[in-house]
Amino acid sequence: MIEEKKENLDWDFRIEANNDPLNVGFSQVWKYRDLLMLFVKRDIVTVYKQTILGPLWFFIQPILTTITFMFIFGNLAGISTDGVPQILFYLSGITIWNYFNETLIQTSKTFTENAPIFGKVYFPRLVLPLSKVISNLLKFGIQFGLFVITLLVYYFLGKDVYPNIYILLTPLLLLLMGGLGLGFGLISSALTTKYRDLTFLIAFGVQLLMYATPVIYPMSSISDKYQMYIWLNPLTSIVESFKYAYLGSGVLDWFWLSYSCVFTLILLIVGAITFNRIEKSFVDTV
Amino acid sequence: MRPVIKVENVSKLYRLGEIGTGTISHDINRWWAKMRGKEDPFSQIGSENDRSVNDGSDYAWALKDINFEVAQGDVLGIIGRNGAGKSTLLKILSRVTLPTKGGINVKGRVASLLEVGTGFHPELTGKENIFLNGAILGMTKAEIKRKFDEIVDFAGIAKYVDTPVKRYSSGMYVRLAFAVAAHLDSEILIMDEVLAVGDAEFQKKCLGKMGDVSRNEGRTILFVSHNMASVKSLCTQGIVLHNGQYAFEGTTHDAVNFYQQNSNLNQFVNFSLDSEDILGNANIKILEFKVEALTGDYISVSSGVAFECTFYNEKVGINLDVTFELVNSEEVKIFHHAALISKDRDSKRGLYKVKGHLSPYILNAGQYKFNIIFGENQRYVLFKESEVVGFDIANESMGSNTETLPGVLRPNISYEIDFQK
Repeated sequence: MIEEKKENLDWDFRIEANNDPLNVGFSQVWKYRDLLMLFVKRDIVTVYKQTILGPLWFFIQPILTTITFMFIFGNLAGISTDGVPQILFYLSGITIWNYFNETLIQTSKTFTENAPIFGKVYFPRLVLPLSKVISNLLKFGIQFGLFVITLLVYYFLGKDVYPNIYILLTPLLLLLMGGLGLGFGLISSALTTKYRDLTFLIAFGVQLLMYATPVIYPMSSISDKYQMYIWLNPLTSIVESFKYAYLGSGVLDWFWLSYSCVFTLILLIVGAITFNRIEKSFVDTV
Repeated sequence: MRPVIKVENVSKLYRLGEIGTGTISHDINRWWAKMRGKEDPFSQIGSENDRSVNDGSDYAWALKDINFEVAQGDVLGIIGRNGAGKSTLLKILSRVTLPTKGGINVKGRVASLLEVGTGFHPELTGKENIFLNGAILGMTKAEIKRKFDEIVDFAGIAKYVDTPVKRYSSGMYVRLAFAVAAHLDSEILIMDEVLAVGDAEFQKKCLGKMGDVSRNEGRTILFVSHNMASVKSLCTQGIVLHNGQYAFEGTTHDAVNFYQQNSNLNQFVNFSLDSEDILGNANIKILEFKVEALTGDYISVSSGVAFECTFYNEKVGINLDVTFELVNSEEVKIFHHAALISKDRDSKRGLYKVKGHLSPYILNAGQYKFNIIFGENQRYVLFKESEVVGFDIANESMGSNTETLPGVLRPNISYEIDFQK
């Protein structure tokens, strides 16, 4: 009996069915950090291979969206931008929204898109969604650069923009945006493996969510009756704080910002546990 | 040597049919059973994985109660027919999927090669793909850097390292993929039939590399194949799986032998004269029919085939003949050959034994079946039976080529080469 125990201690790891759902395996992810970075590199590099404009596409997309928004929401629908120049108003919203949007959409495809790899090789599955968070952060950085340049131009032209000290909140805002995108993405990736129907819902749902977030309209244009519901959306306070910090318009509400922090934390925990549960049986159900 | 892998009661349940419809109801059922502290209601019905029998169950055990150990430095071949559970076992060992029951203890780093070039991205260059693929297989960046030149060298693609792999020829692609895999530093290497790729020359190089590594560095290798020739040339130990169950463990030699004799084919039939289901009729009763290697322990291209039929004859005073028909797995008749038992109408009541043999290097590797026909005066059929016994001829490498060659025959031809300028 004692001898048997001794032998058991000697193994490096054990493969078995009933693993602890809370054991997400961050130590494994750390071991595979090189792979994580290589996936990030792959995501960035392959986007502009064999294109003429190359990385310029990272700029073109937000510019075109901004122009579209200016035309449709600004001019046709006549939605106010709280006195902020339209370009800056939409560009700021799109820049931060895109980070969330891309992270969520891409992480939600983790299992369905990588099934061929997952079916052949073991590595901590969490590496893939995490790599999406990072590669999208880099893409955000590029688009953010575009936004900052535009902002500076307007600032020196003396337009109505008031960047302020709360710019220092940017890392926290990004962390929250990435966390929410990852959290929602992890949960939907886990659910779509079994019920493919959800793929359609997610694309649609994210679009709806954008309209429930003050991306194309300022918080001030919402009547008091509905303000509460918009604030309940954890993305609202992030987008508003971002706009407030860089443009000086919008609302920086500490209560709702802390609400977003707590929400993100809980979402990430739930996401990690769901993901962890699914990654083990996924190969058999996909 | 100490064991580095210990497989304990590993079982794997698979759901048959289409997944999607009915999954919600099954999930709810399962959850309800769990709430009441009962066992998964779907894991009980699954029966032995014999796919020819449909027992109506939606679940089947792809593996059932597998136990074995692998010692350090062993090169273990896992053999079995299609669907025997080989690939499932490899998938569990490589942690791609988990067992439904049981567990496996592992000592050391495991690299698995269920496929070469996993994660290769067509747009990335050879160099970028070496790093990506290496990292996917579990190497760190520093390790890959250290082995980079060696890998490029091994694959022989030095000129193309900065070209996207989509521009590679399929041969180059495979060589590169394999080169990365061959330079893995893990203590345990798990391989599916990846050796079935690439040209013969390169295969030989890979086999050589694998063999070197296990001999010199004490690496443990698990290798799945139904190619007996490569199992024999690479492995030291073998286990045989049959319908998801563990059937045999021993030296490669014995395992290959066991596999041939206990495959779905009956290499041997034996009846007692008074048994009810005896093969035969009022005229002829077959007591025994066996197929063996003419030389050596198991049937291969070079062993030749000996067959022997013992039967009881009731017809007295006729010209009795026995015809042996050999059919291959594509239902092609290889031959139809008769043995005259009695020529002058002098057949007797009693036991006859007919032996025949095929010399080495006639038949190609593959599966064969014997049909047997008993005739009277070479005109009337006394008794006939199809597929009485079956057997497998193992392949043997032809030069550097370990693959089964095409064709029905596998003759030994000596060539004379003449050259004139």
